[in-house]
Amino acid sequence: MEEIKILTYFVLAVFVGFEVVSKVSSTLHTPLMSGANAIHGIILVGSIIVAGHADTAWMLALALLAVLMATVNLVGGFVVTDRMLEMFSGKKKAQEGQAR
Amino acid sequence: MSLITPEVEALLYLFAAVAFILALKGLSSPKSARRGNVIGAVGAIVGVVTVFLAEELKNIGWILIVIGIGTIISIPASRMVKMTQMPQLVALFNGVGGGAAGIVALLELFAADSFGFLLAVAFTVFVGSVSFSGSVVTFLKLQEVMTTRPVLFKGQQYVMVILTIAALAGAVIVILDQNFVVASLLMAVGLVMGVLVVLPVGGADVPIVISLLNALTGLAVAASGLVLDNTLLLVAGTLVGASGTILTRAMASAMGRSVTNTIFGAFKGGSTAGSAEVSDRPVKSGSAEDVAILLGYAQRVIVVPGYGLAVAQAQHTMYELAKALEEKGIEVVFGIHPVAGRMPGHMNVLLAEANVPYEVLQEMDEVNPQFKTADVCLVVGANDVVNPAAKTSPGSPIFGMPILNAGEAQQVVFLKRSMRPGFAGIENELLYEPNTTLLFGDAKDSLGKVLSAVKAL
Repeated sequence: MEEIKILTYFVLAVFVGFEVVSKVSSTLHTPLMSGANAIHGIILVGSIIVAGHADTAWMLALALLAVLMATVNLVGGFVVTDRMLEMFSGKKKAQEGQAR
Repeated sequence: MSLITPEVEALLYLFAAVAFILALKGLSSPKSARRGNVIGAVGAIVGVVTVFLAEELKNIGWILIVIGIGTIISIPASRMVKMTQMPQLVALFNGVGGGAAGIVALLELFAADSFGFLLAVAFTVFVGSVSFSGSVVTFLKLQEVMTTRPVLFKGQQYVMVILTIAALAGAVIVILDQNFVVASLLMAVGLVMGVLVVLPVGGADVPIVISLLNALTGLAVAASGLVLDNTLLLVAGTLVGASGTILTRAMASAMGRSVTNTIFGAFKGGSTAGSAEVSDRPVKSGSAEDVAILLGYAQRVIVVPGYGLAVAQAQHTMYELAKALEEKGIEVVFGIHPVAGRMPGHMNVLLAEANVPYEVLQEMDEVNPQFKTADVCLVVGANDVVNPAAKTSPGSPIFGMPILNAGEAQQVVFLKRSMRPGFAGIENELLYEPNTTLLFGDAKDSLGKVLSAVKAL
């Protein structure tokens, strides 16, 4: 039963993933890729679980390496995406400035 | 002891998963993009806080210290990186995420207790490490630490076949035997294969590869969710895997390439194997004053900006020049190729940084019919996106890529650093046309000189 439940989540998430990005202009490809990149940084949750269950020193060291890498992915990903999008909104402001 | 019940944990994870869906949805439209990203970040914070509340964790001090270090490293790195170098930063972030997923699965090997879970462990260890090393090579290519041209050695395809068999055999042993040493070897094979898959990819195809590796990391994260029995990882990873796949295909079609050709093309001997030789055929080069006269007496000018413009940080000067021309009553538009820069949409980000108003930026389909009626096409630091070889020579690596029809303009002016070919490493016939004028030098310097010459007219 557990496997079927997981498969259900998986299939539904595939369809949602296809659907949400199906119509996106090439202008936004870069920020979208960067945003999706940040989202998979959520592997930090997995890294924390593994590090929190580590019994030996070397397992902890390896798990902490994963925590570090995942943190960089997650935090850096969202920050760099925000910076890209800041440029776009800056453009809007410039437009408004001209309209005035 | 856990501070919250499994029900609350599940609800919080559901909240985070919905936030990620809304984030992707928001990022698909310019108006809601920034808000979408913030929603995604909130979802991530909720997810991370939840794991601390829900799980019985040891080593919490260590974990918090390392998260702190990671944050201290990554925020300045993302804040300070030049916008031109952003693609490689994204590639690097993607790689470390894949690496983290691989390590997580490796360490969970002994906790896995069913066929499905062991399969997921083998998958994540392998795919995570492919994504890690592949991304590192992508980073090196984009940073131009190594050559951007395809790297192939004799017998590469046989090595790949052997490694694939080794990986499959390793996966079977991991599943049957839960053998940690073999799982580590599987990781090593994945690392080597990641390098070998990306090496033959030519410079122009690198964006597609980043997107593909991004989707792969998503799938690895999804599989690690299966291993850890964590729905948030499963759903978030799958979302990225699915949307990343769509995005990869969209990017590939914007560049007129197929994804399979990008990855396997070089093995077949086709793809982006260009030549780096500089030909010594005669070209017409002019001075800044010549270019200023061409521009100053035109009625319609189309600017085609490329990566060279961005590298020289010449966006602002470019916009100054456009404004100076407009003051003379000359119509100026920017023709933006979908993959101008290093990633789709990269040029839009770079020009937005220089406050170039949105209305003068025209996408390829919009601007292409206008070249015939344009007096001058000013190509600044671009090359491959105006290369007619994409239309005329079927043997060319970029054949089939949609291009901007710069050659149809009355006069074409190239501002170039040198005769060196573009990122794809191929010769551009347009440079030798009689109506083409070249102005050599750093884009910012050249534009500055042209700007003062235009003002002096």
